[in-house]
Amino acid sequence: MLELITTRHNPMVDPSLHVWGWEIPVYLFLGGWVAGSMIISGWLARRGHGPGERSVGRVLPWLSLVLLSLGMGALFLDLEHKLYVWRMYLTLQPASPMSWGGWILVLVYPVLLLGALASLPPDLASRWSAVSGLAARLRNPVTARRLGMVSIVAGVALGIYTGILLSSLGARPLWASAALGPLFLVSGLSTGAAFAHLIARNPDEQSALLRADNVFLAVELALIGLILVGLLTASAVHAHAAGLLLGGPYTSVFWVFVVGLGILLPLLLQTLMVSHRIPHTLVAPLLVIGGGLALRFVIVSAGQYSHWISP
Amino acid sequence: MARLGMVIDTRRCVGCMDCVVACKTENDVPDGHCRDWISQRLEGTMPSLRLTITSERCNHCDVPPCVTCCPTGASHVHDYGKVVLVDHDKCIGCKACLASCPFGARFVHPDGYADKCTFCIHRVEKGEQPACVAVCPTHAMHFGDLDDPHSEVSRLIAARRHFVLKPDAGTRPRIFYLE
Repeated sequence: MLELITTRHNPMVDPSLHVWGWEIPVYLFLGGWVAGSMIISGWLARRGHGPGERSVGRVLPWLSLVLLSLGMGALFLDLEHKLYVWRMYLTLQPASPMSWGGWILVLVYPVLLLGALASLPPDLASRWSAVSGLAARLRNPVTARRLGMVSIVAGVALGIYTGILLSSLGARPLWASAALGPLFLVSGLSTGAAFAHLIARNPDEQSALLRADNVFLAVELALIGLILVGLLTASAVHAHAAGLLLGGPYTSVFWVFVVGLGILLPLLLQTLMVSHRIPHTLVAPLLVIGGGLALRFVIVSAGQYSHWISP
Repeated sequence: MARLGMVIDTRRCVGCMDCVVACKTENDVPDGHCRDWISQRLEGTMPSLRLTITSERCNHCDVPPCVTCCPTGASHVHDYGKVVLVDHDKCIGCKACLASCPFGARFVHPDGYADKCTFCIHRVEKGEQPACVAVCPTHAMHFGDLDDPHSEVSRLIAARRHFVLKPDAGTRPRIFYLE
């Protein structure tokens, strides 16, 4: 028997850590979504499906700007010392993924803005003399392809960072996996592809996005499996953390909303859609987007709950 | 350069909480928060029970995860005694340090910054003991330079069986408990 009595009662720390509420999962979700959208729009730009066609790549940079701003808003709401946020940009702390993330966000905005300018229809861009010249240069096929590559690199950095941010906090055993970065990246890609598929009007793009999303979902499932196996085969502390999702308090929400409704069901529906056994439905991409949000909520919440079990 | 640490004799500690009250008074710790606290561990089965009382606080780890994760450098290792401190004017309140601490030693001050034990650095720099050590009625707490082999803390660690909290977290705490 071990009975522990403590006189500590600090808010957000006791009885179990709960420093991050809805703001951080929402920020990580929107950040991943934007990362996925940047990679997809970059890929479309490099394929030559750029502005001027009925490409979904025309709207993704604009929507990404909105989504990223919403995510940054959620992140700002989470800060407890809000007026000091500018301190983040007076330094780069090499060992802190959060510091890297702050600077990555600063780099992502101009890339998105350039992508948005490049996607302006020529007749609309010509009305704004200040940007018409730049927009015309960005529409150049060579420049568009280069911007597409920059967008892909920035998207990968943003997507991976959202996972590494958590996995670097070693006091939380559930997050102690190098695969968390790739998982959040692939989940962001999956969310981005699902959303792009949702709004795409070009049948070729719709089909390509659907197939790509199925690959992302399958990889996401494999990464979840790898993370759980990694935790179970590590120390007792990590196995205990994995138990939160395997019989513990987060089991049902994880397996029902993240794996079942967020990955397996849309994967099944989209596989049937690809083989034309069922007509295109909005249900599958909506489930994927909901699953991405649920993944962030479960991982952030359960991770905070996990702890080193030794006295 | 000194490497300050603490040694607490669990055979002498009676859990009177004088250290907790002294800390709250000395550091004006806000209501509902605490920089140090008392834990009681009851182990075994009747009638073979063992009670261990520990006075706990920030361990000022040699490998402080709260410092490496801080995005602004607000959490830092102070030049004097390698004590882990928070610069309130640099802290943005992101709470990464709270999540990174295996001991749950940090909290958010009502003014918005991360707060925790400072080893009473303002007293120590003047040659005084931390408030908790100074008031301990059973003289269970000792404070000094762990790098000095002749210091009281070094001699106690060398002479007595001891343990640290959560050794497997790998942060190398600088508070040692004598068994």
